[in-house]
Amino acid sequence: MNDETRGGGPTGAAGPTQPGATDRLGATDRLDVVGDKHRPRWQETLLLLARNPMAVAASLVLLLLVLVGVLGEWLAPYGYNEQFVGGQLESPSTDHWFGTDEFGRDVFSRVLMGAEVSLRVGAVAVGISLVAGVLIGLFAGYFGRWLDDALMRFMDMLFAFPALLMAIAVLAILGRGENNAMIAIGIVYTPIFARVTRASVLSVREEVFIRASRASGAGSLRIIFRHVLPNAAPPIIVQTTISLAFAILSEAALSFVGLGTQPPNPSWGLMLSEGRGFVEHAWWMALFPGLAIFFVVLAFNVLGDALRDVLDPRQRSVLTGKGAGR
Amino acid sequence: MMAVGGPAADRPGGAGPGSADGPGGGAGPGGADGAAGSAVLAVRDLRVAFRTRRGLAHVVNGISYDVPPGRTLAIVGESGSGKSVGILALLGLLPATTQVWGSATFDGAELVGRSEDKLRQVRGAGIGMVFQDPMTSLNPVLTVGRQVVEAIRAHQSVPKAAARSRAAELLAEVGIPDPASRLDAYPHELSGGMRQRVMIAVALAGEPRVLIADEATTALDVTVQAQILELIRRLQDERGMGVVWITHDLGVVAGIADHVLVMYAGRTVEEGSAAEMFGAPVHPYTRGLLGAMPVVDDPRTARERDPLLTIPGLPPDPVALPAGCAFFPRCPIRADERCAHEVPPLTPVAGGRRHWAATFYSPEGA
Amino acid sequence: MMGDDETTGPTAADRPATMGADVLVAASGLRVYFPIRSGTPLRGVVGHVRAVDGVDLEVRRGETLGLVGESGCGKSTLGNALLRLVEPTAGRVEFDGTDVTSLPASELRSLRRRMAMIFQDPYASLDPRRTVGDCIGEPLAIHRLHRGRARRAARVGELMEIVGLNPDHRGRYPHEFSGGQRQRVGIARALAGEPDFIVCDEPIASLDVSVQATVLNLLVRLQRELGLTYLFVSHDLAAVRQIADRVAVMYLGRVVEVGAASSLVSKPEHPYTEALVSAVPVPEPERERERRRIVLAGDIPSPAAPPSGCRFRTRCPKVFEPCPDHDPVLQAVGGSASVEQFAACHLHGVTTTPPPSSPSSR
Repeated sequence: MNDETRGGGPTGAAGPTQPGATDRLGATDRLDVVGDKHRPRWQETLLLLARNPMAVAASLVLLLLVLVGVLGEWLAPYGYNEQFVGGQLESPSTDHWFGTDEFGRDVFSRVLMGAEVSLRVGAVAVGISLVAGVLIGLFAGYFGRWLDDALMRFMDMLFAFPALLMAIAVLAILGRGENNAMIAIGIVYTPIFARVTRASVLSVREEVFIRASRASGAGSLRIIFRHVLPNAAPPIIVQTTISLAFAILSEAALSFVGLGTQPPNPSWGLMLSEGRGFVEHAWWMALFPGLAIFFVVLAFNVLGDALRDVLDPRQRSVLTGKGAGR
Repeated sequence: MMAVGGPAADRPGGAGPGSADGPGGGAGPGGADGAAGSAVLAVRDLRVAFRTRRGLAHVVNGISYDVPPGRTLAIVGESGSGKSVGILALLGLLPATTQVWGSATFDGAELVGRSEDKLRQVRGAGIGMVFQDPMTSLNPVLTVGRQVVEAIRAHQSVPKAAARSRAAELLAEVGIPDPASRLDAYPHELSGGMRQRVMIAVALAGEPRVLIADEATTALDVTVQAQILELIRRLQDERGMGVVWITHDLGVVAGIADHVLVMYAGRTVEEGSAAEMFGAPVHPYTRGLLGAMPVVDDPRTARERDPLLTIPGLPPDPVALPAGCAFFPRCPIRADERCAHEVPPLTPVAGGRRHWAATFYSPEGA
Repeated sequence: MMGDDETTGPTAADRPATMGADVLVAASGLRVYFPIRSGTPLRGVVGHVRAVDGVDLEVRRGETLGLVGESGCGKSTLGNALLRLVEPTAGRVEFDGTDVTSLPASELRSLRRRMAMIFQDPYASLDPRRTVGDCIGEPLAIHRLHRGRARRAARVGELMEIVGLNPDHRGRYPHEFSGGQRQRVGIARALAGEPDFIVCDEPIASLDVSVQATVLNLLVRLQRELGLTYLFVSHDLAAVRQIADRVAVMYLGRVVEVGAASSLVSKPEHPYTEALVSAVPVPEPERERERRRIVLAGDIPSPAAPPSGCRFRTRCPKVFEPCPDHDPVLQAVGGSASVEQFAACHLHGVTTTPPPSSPSSR
């Protein structure tokens, strides 16, 4: 970005990917040429997202997930615990699109209704770790010194245990069940958010515009939430999407060992775990919940990447084709 | 007045999008000696463009110059003027999206269109380069000695031990005290001035005949700049190297250059001997630049001084260069109606000996 | 922790006196040390970088004081310390009679309305995720000035006009502007709280020559129109000469010479100032080639371990006996009484004993 430092030496004049000199000239605001339509920010964000076909596909997948999560009960052809005696382990057919499981339950219906569980567990668990982790990372990174040491050593302690073991330990204290599983997963992922946030804050904190804000008399809270957080956000957004994926998987694991969602309630993770034992005879039991997890996780990741680009005003200009070239 | 210097005849005419059949550029610093043939590096009608998202960006639009041995050519311009790009393009140091036209001969051999392998023989051995930032142009994890040795061995097959003692000699030559022990130092252990000396030693390792200093003193303090300027002048005398000094700093140029070329939007707007150029600048852009520079030993106090001259506006977009003079949109004079439609050719300045300008304007009394 | 240094360096007693001038900002015995920590887990302090090491300086109301020096001399740190953007290790700073150094955080924040800063890099000093209107209006929001959306917007527009920007562009982001325009945004922001004092920290260093001139001219115009006081920190003596009434020259954490800009440049009394002036190139070939250039040997010593006695002695072409043992203090030099000039050099009389008074005795 230092393209207009004087001289434009080799680094400025010819970046490895883009010829800086040209970009600089392109960058020098051609303010009169720039179309002056200033839409509200959120509208522009949506418009830009709409231009990215992958983001649109991902959004559709997630929209479908939400729809299914809300309407699953009505969409499902059978009840989640409706057992067809004699119809166990049937392969996919017109009656049972995704086949049936070892109890003769319709896998398609269970996948539909499992969406709600997975979505809720993912969102709540990641919500908990996001809020807690980002706050801890922000304060530790911004204030540094003893606060940083205290908070981050505590996070390191949490992080030192294998994630699943930690979650099991938390559940041992709180008791089993879906809600407690969400809390446990939330706690387990908090250190990751704290670390990602802190690392990002550490670099943003040193930016000159932070000092500029301090020089105008801004207090710490204003600086943290107005300047540091928005600029530190991109890696956090990406981490959120990755964590959503992992949270859904963790919930599966916890359910597998009997600490999360309790049978016979459907959850993708539980179904995947149950299906593992039957992979050789009834591949559909594991495949369809697995595919559901795969697509949802992929969609979160794709959307996360697209959002990160669109939320950055500099990238945004490249996308809208106004202002600086880079 | 065309007498010595302007070998207009040997210029390929029709210098592309602009400088029509400008006679100018041919007059390298060797102009005084009258023979462009003596030039080590001769550039003719060089044009460089980048492919960008928005279209082809014309960054260099037909420049010509000569670099004779032992002389200093200064290429002056602001950021985006194309002053560095022209050289980097010749040496194949630009990304693959770059397109280069025109001709540049080093020792009579054409550089434009040469393969990467053959260009590598020229880089370092024929033409050495010193860049702006001595911090980033040295590899931080290798010792200084290793980097100089590598540069030596890139061009000559000498045993390591011999290369190492040669490296110590080079460090001594560029004025680094206690060179033998400094070979084992890492770049961060040296000051900015010392790092720049190391860079110069690296550039000298291949015994180049032309040294290109691209904003080589811009990142340095003035007292260190003075040291480096003196060093390069000494090396130039001892080795008879041609030097191309690329800079935005007219003050530096005034002290060292034999011949000066002022670039704007990828074209030469004015060139000539340093004395003539600075003494009686003709092109409105050159005049603006000189007027924009505060002079340190002006006896008037700050409150008595006039405001500095300024050049309003911004350089043109290289993707959409104006039809006429590239400086027209910012020009305070706009002397002629042709300015808006026609690119003024580089023509000899009336009354000048070695002085050309690409403008329709001629100041009174010149 | 720096008891051993308390006695060295120029002190309040020898400070270039006020001479009745109206002082807006005064630093006395100012030191800013940065700890050097070892790489070991306990991060013990193994030394200090003495960025500013005993500086007395006054900025008079309505003037521009230029502060020049080379990289690492502490000029930027000094500028930041005057606004307490870095905490001084010792000494004090007074702003319009208020001791800034001891001010509690909340009062300091409200005082920041009256002292602003313009930063070197207009690319880095504006939050890329806020519109320039937000950037300029932030000080208004912080200090609750021009309250109400419409009034604040009007003020932001007015500020943009003052610095020569189109107020319609307030909704744009910093990267949509050129370097020069961004620096105007930075200036508009600095003006927002109607400050009395602005520290300009290398405000033109990252701009092209022709853009530098517009920014310098703008600063001069604003000073005349708004009655501002500037500390203009720069490595560029020619630019400082263009804008400053008085100039202070720093070397290795100390002010080595201070005086009226014209006399300091035309008749430098400290060997370092002399070398600095001679090294600045002049864009006139004949004159440039005739000028006597003093090329200093060697590099600036480490500010973590400055030389004993005079700090410039390791590079000084005029070094003589007293230099290694005695730390020179600023003393009046130059002939005429009307032109004040102070230099810290033994050539103008050896100051044998450093005065014992403590730096904060004021």
